[in-house]
Amino acid sequence: MISALLILIPLVAGAASFALRTSDAARRFTLLSAIATLGVAIAALMPAFAASLSMDLPWLPVMGSRFTLTMDGMSKMLCLLTAISFPLIFISIYQQNFRSPGAFYGWMLLSQAGLMGVFLAADALLFYFFWELALIPVYFLCSTWGGERRIAVTLKFFLYTFVGSLLMLAGIIYLSFQQPAGSFAISDITQAAMRAPHREWLFWLFFVAFAIKMPVFPLHTWQPDAYDESPAPVTMVMSGIMVKMGIYAVVRWLLPLFPQQGKEFADIIIGFSVAGMLYASFIAMQQNNLRRMIAFSSIAHIGLMSAALFTYHAGATQGVMLQMFSHGINVIGLWILADAIEKQTGTRQLSEMGGLARQAPHLAILLVIMGLANIALPLTNAFIGEFMMFNGLFSYNWVLAATAGISIILAAVYTLRMIEKVLYGTPAFPERAVVDLSPNVKWVLVVLVVLVLIGGVFPQPLIDLTKDTVEVLIKNK
Amino acid sequence: MNAIIFSAIWGVVMMFSGLFAKNKQTITFMAIAGLLLLTGANFLHACGTWVIKIDTHEMLHFDSMGLFFNTVAFFSALLYVILSGKDIERTGVHVAEYYALIFFVLCGVSILTSFNGLLMLFLGVEIMTIPLYILTGADKKNLKSNEASLKYFLMGSFSTGIMLMGIALIYGATGRFGLSIGTVSTSTTGLGMRPSFLEIGGLILLFVAMCFKVSAAPFHFWTPDVYDGAPSVFTSFMATIVKSAGFFAFIKLMEPRTAILGDTWSIILPLVILSTLLVGNVTAVFQQSVKRMLAYSSIAQAGFMLFALYGTSVMSKEGLVLYAFSYSIATIGLFAVLIRLKDYSLDGFNGLAAQQPMIAFAAAVFLLSLAGIPLTAGFFAKYYMLAAAVQAGGIFWLVIVAVLLAAVSVYYYFRVIQSMYFKSGQPEWASPVSRSFAWALIVLAALLLYTGLFPTAVLKFIYF
Repeated sequence: MISALLILIPLVAGAASFALRTSDAARRFTLLSAIATLGVAIAALMPAFAASLSMDLPWLPVMGSRFTLTMDGMSKMLCLLTAISFPLIFISIYQQNFRSPGAFYGWMLLSQAGLMGVFLAADALLFYFFWELALIPVYFLCSTWGGERRIAVTLKFFLYTFVGSLLMLAGIIYLSFQQPAGSFAISDITQAAMRAPHREWLFWLFFVAFAIKMPVFPLHTWQPDAYDESPAPVTMVMSGIMVKMGIYAVVRWLLPLFPQQGKEFADIIIGFSVAGMLYASFIAMQQNNLRRMIAFSSIAHIGLMSAALFTYHAGATQGVMLQMFSHGINVIGLWILADAIEKQTGTRQLSEMGGLARQAPHLAILLVIMGLANIALPLTNAFIGEFMMFNGLFSYNWVLAATAGISIILAAVYTLRMIEKVLYGTPAFPERAVVDLSPNVKWVLVVLVVLVLIGGVFPQPLIDLTKDTVEVLIKNK
Repeated sequence: MNAIIFSAIWGVVMMFSGLFAKNKQTITFMAIAGLLLLTGANFLHACGTWVIKIDTHEMLHFDSMGLFFNTVAFFSALLYVILSGKDIERTGVHVAEYYALIFFVLCGVSILTSFNGLLMLFLGVEIMTIPLYILTGADKKNLKSNEASLKYFLMGSFSTGIMLMGIALIYGATGRFGLSIGTVSTSTTGLGMRPSFLEIGGLILLFVAMCFKVSAAPFHFWTPDVYDGAPSVFTSFMATIVKSAGFFAFIKLMEPRTAILGDTWSIILPLVILSTLLVGNVTAVFQQSVKRMLAYSSIAQAGFMLFALYGTSVMSKEGLVLYAFSYSIATIGLFAVLIRLKDYSLDGFNGLAAQQPMIAFAAAVFLLSLAGIPLTAGFFAKYYMLAAAVQAGGIFWLVIVAVLLAAVSVYYYFRVIQSMYFKSGQPEWASPVSRSFAWALIVLAALLLYTGLFPTAVLKFIYF
């Protein structure tokens, strides 16, 4: 019941929100619903509700698909991340006005419902349904409220992901016919995948779908464009939560389904991931556009996670779990700051900025902390996850680990370069044009910074939460 | 039987109604009444409560699947007349005749869903297509309409010739017209269990003729011109109900016979599917006119429906009915919007969402359904077709290709959504749109969404 509520609240509230006409009503209503969802997500963590986490209803008896939701540690964590992110995003944009606000907030909530569904579904066809449900709202959000090149860019993004998900669908159908019952339940599909012929091909069908979503080099080309052109809150959702769909799907579906193939192709995938890390880091160093810089930095971070997953190393997998949460928090913080900077200065170009530190001290402090978290400095949440992942990668292949390690240095280079260009140097703007962060944005960032620090000092609760997922995954390798 | 008799009689009634009813609207109401009657009569037949029994010497055979398909076709026709009746009235002066011809087409449809022999198949196809030649040329003053009609007629008669030749060959080989394969075919050759050359040749000719009727590549060349040239209202009718019926007959015809073709079948069919998907999807990308884009996309959709020919199980037939339902509803709805617009190009749709949010929403749902996005009926239709192919085995590569081309189709369907929602403009209407029209479209869209969530609701009807 709890798990169904996580989907139902945003779904119903999102549909209802389309009817709202004024900005005030829409933002209040959606914020309330997002907070309600957060309450449910926190309740899901309580042992008292453990019995009501999964549900199983008949849905499409003709096809053997059931409406099955389950919640293990990883699901709980990602649902929590989704549930925390949305209210924070809504608060941070509370003072912004959007055209047809009802539709904007409605689509946002619908994408939340889709995301929750992806993290909860334990039936392959249902999973595919939610996978698409999360995508379609984003298509409309970006195309309607995005930047100048939004229409072409969003179509590219949509087609990229749609190709991937259709390939996955073909794979799912194939697997469901490998068993007499034609079921889509995760356990049956896993059984079928063990026996199915042409497993190598099936592995790639699924992997491409997930790799596009993450994105792994060289399937990443939609991402910088999409992040650049989307409205800021949508970019936050996309890079904070949506990319986790890809990683989640690898852990939940790909690796359990094709353990041998995962090992067989690990070299190729880790190779591409590491190459992508370096490639993205070098581009981030050269970027003059703040948004594109964050986008490429995000590709580099995701590359490490995807590489770590295929090492089949318990520590590394645990690191990925931590990093999924941490990266979500950090990158949303960075996007909020980037949006605030853009709103203040009216530009995204780093070369046109400078000297904001003196004019907006709060912004400066928060940007430095978030920047340090992006470099994964000790005491920030990203450090522990990255350390564990590098550890696993090192025991897999030290050459690859060393190569990937270069990206840590590069991360410091581009992040510090960004901080320097934005905050220091001669002020590029007249004194009065720039005001410091508005209170709501400031408090959202303070919450995020607190989360960053807690995660950096005391990550044990998250490790305990996701331990079961890691154990199952490593046991079945 | 109910459907065949009622549609034929009501066709004649409609023809005479032109003499007595002076008001065009009255004629439309009569057609709607007729369609209601027809759907009801067919439904009663399907339930088995009331059937007109005529001994057809096993030339017609009624099964639940065929009757259900009738219901879908008549229901779609009903929606079509309700939505586009006004535009049929505006096509020309002979409104009663148009409706009469539509009823005759429906008579052909109901024969095609129940034929039990090649003769009846031939009759059904002819009864269905000859009225269409006339409807295509209904816009008498328009040269393009005339051209389309002539082209359709010439090409159509040619394919009819091929079909007759095929039937003759099969009769020559087996000595019978029956639908089920006889033992004669396997023994006359004297080579053990191998079917005769004549029979294989005949079957291939039949296959080609049916491919022509359902506009499968490489026999599709008439489709874009005819669909583009015909008055849009009738294009809508042709591309949906008629085409689905053609498919139903195609599968009914080929299903017991694929074994005869053996290896030939496993070469021909993938080639036809592949070329149909390629031609339809790739060419549709480059169209600027939405009407022409829909013509090519109907070829692409035919490519997907062809997968049902792989079906060895009941799944493919169920899937085809679902496909026919979702595709017909979506296309009829989309055409209903298109017909009312002055400018058929993509730019003609610019800014539709701002001006008519309800119509734009419905049109977006239709487009999403055609593209096969989950939550709409189109997804399950495509799902069933792919599942039938996967189940048949051995052509997984074709499934992958189909899936990639489905992604291409997203490109051209979404361009219309982009025009409606993300570009600004003032669409001009050829005829005013009323509130009730918008609500009717919304109901159609809701139907598609409901089927997209619970396809079982539609499929259940097959087994009532």
